[in-house]
Amino acid sequence: MRYIRRYYGAGPLHLLSLLACLAFAGYVVTLVHQAREWQLILLWFGGAIIGHDIVAFPLYALADRSAGLLGALRHPDSLPPVPWINHIRVPAVISGLLLAISFPLVLDLAGPSYHGATGLSVAPFAGRYLLIVAVLFGTSAVLYALRVRSAVRRQAIPSPSSRPDGTDT
Amino acid sequence: MTEDQQETPRDLDEIRPQRSALDCSSAGAEGAGPGVRGLLRSKRGREELWSVVYAKAVAPIGPFRPSVWRSPIRGPWLTSVFGAILLVGIPVEFVTGLVSYAAYDPRLGHNNPTPHTGILNFYLFNWVSAPQWLFHVTEGIHVGLGLVLVPVLLAKLWSVIPKLFSWPPVTSIANALERLSLVLIVGGAVFQFVTGIMNIDYYYSFGFSFYEGHFLGAWLFMAGFAVHVGLKFPTMVRSLRSRSLRAELRTGLADTKSEPLDASGLVASDPASATMSRRGAIALVGGSSVAILALTAGQTLGGPFRQAALLAPRGRTYGDGPNDFQINITAGTAGIRAADTGASWRLALSGATETELARSDLLAMDTLDAAMPIACVEGWATVQRWTGVRLTDLARLVGVDHPTGAYVESLEKNGAYATVTLAGNQVRADHAMLALRVNGVDISLDHGYPARIMVPAAPGVHATKWVKSIRFYGQR
Repeated sequence: MRYIRRYYGAGPLHLLSLLACLAFAGYVVTLVHQAREWQLILLWFGGAIIGHDIVAFPLYALADRSAGLLGALRHPDSLPPVPWINHIRVPAVISGLLLAISFPLVLDLAGPSYHGATGLSVAPFAGRYLLIVAVLFGTSAVLYALRVRSAVRRQAIPSPSSRPDGTDT
Repeated sequence: MTEDQQETPRDLDEIRPQRSALDCSSAGAEGAGPGVRGLLRSKRGREELWSVVYAKAVAPIGPFRPSVWRSPIRGPWLTSVFGAILLVGIPVEFVTGLVSYAAYDPRLGHNNPTPHTGILNFYLFNWVSAPQWLFHVTEGIHVGLGLVLVPVLLAKLWSVIPKLFSWPPVTSIANALERLSLVLIVGGAVFQFVTGIMNIDYYYSFGFSFYEGHFLGAWLFMAGFAVHVGLKFPTMVRSLRSRSLRAELRTGLADTKSEPLDASGLVASDPASATMSRRGAIALVGGSSVAILALTAGQTLGGPFRQAALLAPRGRTYGDGPNDFQINITAGTAGIRAADTGASWRLALSGATETELARSDLLAMDTLDAAMPIACVEGWATVQRWTGVRLTDLARLVGVDHPTGAYVESLEKNGAYATVTLAGNQVRADHAMLALRVNGVDISLDHGYPARIMVPAAPGVHATKWVKSIRFYGQR
């Protein structure tokens, strides 16, 4: 047991389960190899990891950090500062996720096959999506305005319990 | 120890203070300081110098530095919350997915859309024909739950991404094998969800057969999933217990602090101040899932909900008429010529004997009226009222009193589902029919005029349209 832990780095159950998993995966890869266009299947599988970890994640992490840099957005000094970052983040995240599940229709990538199957055109989807995004950001803007207003109100009524800054998402 | 000489400890037991010849405070160093020449003279000095040079050369840069990861809410607890949701959701996806393959009765005739399954088809069973909504429900769950889990999956990947950049990249053989298995679970998850979404949205640019890729990809994914759950389940339980969910749901932004540093490698060593509380993050993920559900569920539920499914491919309306419901493959796409479906069309029946029927002959027969769903593997469904001739009545016409199966051919020439082999229980099912009318009128050309198969609980592609012949198997 000690030797396995020392040279392998974990217990025997770890080794056995991983060997079983990898051997089984190898078996499935031999089945993939018999499939038509097997190279594309493996390419897309590998591309899936790279696509998320090395492309998509850095992009949205960078977008999130850049939003933070928009600290240049200044409130007029007459208004109390109310945290705004989540008012951009939340609609942006929801918009991104909605696009992720409908992008072939919204971006017109599936036009001919959609029409062949349904008899309809993909054209309305782009407009629907943009309208939904507008509603998301619009609602966020209204909520932000309401928060600023209530912060102004609290400031105008001095009391020990009033706090000028919003404290939560 | 200088910062450059720090390494990610492989094991908490291995964090030990190191005595170094380079450490100017160590007792016994000659003179005011070692100097490079002094180091080169002694063996120990050379070793120490080499370890400094080596450490500098292999020091983490960019995202491999732990200090790059600054979110204060990242940590084992949040990861475990998302993990626990996936722990329930992913097996449901796997099981409903396996069921959807079984529903094709792939062992019959040429029904199999996925030829190379090796032993992975061990679980196949004769698909049932009751309840008639079964495939509608299992496939609706498969696609619907899959879409709803997208935010949770991405949140889970976000919460563990620092581990992709752990340094050193491999600390032991065990670590290397485990990282290899993560290729299966991460690659598999993204592959399954991406191919699934592309398929339901009619975008086939991946180039391989969706059925083969998605089926085999599922097994690769689940191999990684099984090992990951097996290895991490105790950690997940421990992490979930480390803080109370109720307390976190009451914790606002001002009180949000990072979790204690531990060996998990998830907690930020240099956290930024919180801009979103944990409950905010959970609410964002949950809210996104609810939004997705609201904007797609209507395509499965149908009826008054369909038009609410604004971003679902089958949330559209065709109009108010009796034939205005979801079409799958138009007559044009299937290459059906109006001439072939006109007055000269005959249904060729064979069994013990053979015969041909015109449409008027079929309409003159005893017909059956039933509300039945067309449920597609893409997750959508539509329920309409169908009128047609029972398949058992047609079988009897050609001398087969107890059918054990049927082979149906369509006028469609090149489609993958231009033919289907139906099982005995499907042919003998209560509402199994050759449908001629829908909602009181003749079915339209796009819906399969002059006649289509309707079999309860079958996947939509087995509701063969533009039927030209049926051969019945069985005894008198």
